[in-house]
Amino acid sequence: MSGSPLLAVCDLRVVFDGRRGPLTALDGVSLDIVAGEILGVVGESGAGKSLTGTAIIGLLDPPGRIAGGTIAFEGRRIDNLPPDQMRALRGRHIGAIFQDPLTSLHPLLRVGDQIAETILTHHNIPKAEARRRALKLLEDVGIPAPDVRIDHFPHQFSGGMRQRVVIALALCAEPKLIIADEPTTALDVSIQAQITTLLKRLCREQGTAVMLVTHDMGVIAETADRVAVMYAGRVVEVGPVAEVIGQPRHPYTAGLMASIPSVHRRNDQLRQIDGVMPRLHAIPPGCAFHPRCDLAAQVCREQVPEIGADRHAVACHLPLAGVQHV
Amino acid sequence: MSDALLTVDSASCHFDVSPSWLSRVATGMPRQILRAVDNVSFTVQRGTTFSIVGESGCGKSTVAKMIAGLQPPTSGRLAFADVERPDGTRAPPRVQMIFQDPYASLNPRWRVGDIVAEPIRELRLMSDEDAIRDRVGELLEVVGLARRDASRYPHEFSGGQRQRISIARALATEADFLVCDEPTSALDVSVQAQILNLMLRLQKQFGLTYLFISHNLSVVRHVSDHLAIMYLGRIVESGPAETIFSAPRHPYTRLLLETIPDVAKPNRERRPMSGEVPSPIAPPTGCHFHPRCLQAMDACRSTSPHWRMAKPIGVACHLFEE
Repeated sequence: MSGSPLLAVCDLRVVFDGRRGPLTALDGVSLDIVAGEILGVVGESGAGKSLTGTAIIGLLDPPGRIAGGTIAFEGRRIDNLPPDQMRALRGRHIGAIFQDPLTSLHPLLRVGDQIAETILTHHNIPKAEARRRALKLLEDVGIPAPDVRIDHFPHQFSGGMRQRVVIALALCAEPKLIIADEPTTALDVSIQAQITTLLKRLCREQGTAVMLVTHDMGVIAETADRVAVMYAGRVVEVGPVAEVIGQPRHPYTAGLMASIPSVHRRNDQLRQIDGVMPRLHAIPPGCAFHPRCDLAAQVCREQVPEIGADRHAVACHLPLAGVQHV
Repeated sequence: MSDALLTVDSASCHFDVSPSWLSRVATGMPRQILRAVDNVSFTVQRGTTFSIVGESGCGKSTVAKMIAGLQPPTSGRLAFADVERPDGTRAPPRVQMIFQDPYASLNPRWRVGDIVAEPIRELRLMSDEDAIRDRVGELLEVVGLARRDASRYPHEFSGGQRQRISIARALATEADFLVCDEPTSALDVSVQAQILNLMLRLQKQFGLTYLFISHNLSVVRHVSDHLAIMYLGRIVESGPAETIFSAPRHPYTRLLLETIPDVAKPNRERRPMSGEVPSPIAPPTGCHFHPRCLQAMDACRSTSPHWRMAKPIGVACHLFEE
C-alpha cells in the first residue's frame, strides 16, 4: 500500500438494539482504501458487507448504531460528525451507487434535472452550466444520444441505462470515493460487463476510489484490486485479489471459491460448505466459522482469531498454507 | 436420439399487447403482438438435463410455463412420451415445477408437512393419513431435512432450506420431469452449490429428467447434458452442452461465454458486448441479433437465418449457411 489511505475504517462495531438486547452486526471491521483503488467487499447475505457501506456513508437507520471504532476520511474522523456536516460530505466527497437503479432515481423528474439539481447542491454555478455538465456526464457514462436522453424520465430507460444514469449522478460532484453496493446484480450479464468496464474506466481516468460491495466473486476477480472477504460481521481475509482468489488462506474463502461453478470446466460435484451462516443472535463463540469448518480445532471454539496487518491478512487460527484450491 | 421424453415442435407463444380497441381506432395504431417464443423446437432425452439459457426477456420462462402446462402455445406442438409406472402401466410423465423465489412459492400459513403432503392428497396418491405422514417424512429426509421439520412453518427456514422444501413437494407426486425456473438464482453461492449437488444426486437416484432455465452459464455448464441458447424468442444454438461450451458457434453464444466474469480465468481487459436486448414487440428485422453482432452481413439485416443442423449442434446464423 502506498501513501496514507483515503478511507480508514478501524475496528468498527455496529449494533442493533433489539427487545432482547443488542445484536452485533459488525464486529471489529477494519478496512482501508487508497486513492484510485477498487476494493472489493464480498460475502454472502447477512455477512455485513452492505452494512459496512451504509455505516461509512452515515446512513445507518435506527435501531442500528455505531457502537465502537472509527471511520476516517482523508485523515479526518467522520463517524461522529453531526448530520448536517455528514450531509455536506456525502455526495460531495463520497458518492453512492445502489443495487436497484429504479428506486435510486426520482420517477417524476427528468434525468437531466436530477443530475443538474445534484450538481447545484454541491457547486455554486449557474443553472445553464449545471445542465451542460449533466450532458457531459451522460456522455461520459456512455448513454447514446445524450442530448435527447437528458430530457427523458427514468422509466424510459432500460435497466443498464438507468444504472448508467445512477453512476452519472454519483459522479456529478466528482467524489473521491464511491460506495457501490451490488451495482450489477440486477442486470443481465452482457450489461453487467458494460457497467463494470465503465466503473473501471472512470476510476482510472479520474482517480476515484471505489468500494465495490458484491456477492459475485467473478465480478470481483475482474474489477477489484484488493478484496476483503466478510463472514458473520467480520472481515476474515483481505489481500490482493489474485492472491485471495488463487491462494485463499481462510477455509471459508477456500470453500466459497470451490463452490462456484466455472464456465471453463465441469466438475461432477461442486464442493459445498455444509450449513448456513449463523444468525446474528446466535453467532458461535470463538471463530464464527468453526461449526462449518473441517479443520476446526479446540482453539477455534474458544478464541476469536485476530486479523493481522499483513498485505494478505487472514483471521484464522489455522490458516491454509496458501495452496492452489483447484 | 430415440429416447425422447419431450418433443417440442415449432412451438410459439404470442401475446397480444395492443391497446384497447377504442384507442386503436382513435390513434390509428395497429395491433401489437409480443412474440415471446417464436417457432422453437427441441427434444429432451429421458433422464438428462436440458437447459435453456438467455438474458431477461428472451422467452425462457415462457417456454418453461408452456411445458408445465401453465401457458398454452399459440401454435406448434408439445408432446410427451409415456413413462412406465411402478405398477407396470404406461402414462405420460408427471411434470412439476420448481420456482425461483423460495420465499414466494411456499404458503406462509401452512406447515411444511401440509405443503409437501398437498400434492399427495390432491392427486389421491395415498389416502391413509399415517402413510402420508410417513411419506412426507421420507421426502424431507431425501432432500436433506429432518422428519420433525414437517411441523414447522416456512419462515423458520433459510432460503436454501426452503428450496429443499420446494423440491420435496415436487417429488411428492412421484414426478418424472421437473421444470426448474432459475432454482438457485435467489441463493448464495455456497447454498447454491448445496442445492445443485442435491439436484444432481436426486436425478441419479430417481432417474429424473430436468428442464433447467437459467441466465447463469456457469451453473448451466455444471448441470446440463444438452442446452439451447435463446435470444429474443428464438433458439439461436442448441446441442450437447460440452460441445457448445468448448466450441460455441453462434456469435451470440460466443459473446455470452466471453462476457461472463469467471473466478478461474478473470479477464480484466474485457471489451464488453455493446447494446442491449431490443424490445420483443419490435424486434430487429432479419436475424434478431444483427444490431449487436460484430460479424453482421447484409443478409443478416434482411432475412432470418434458417436453422441448420451440423451434428451434433444446430445453429441459426447466416455465417453457417452454404
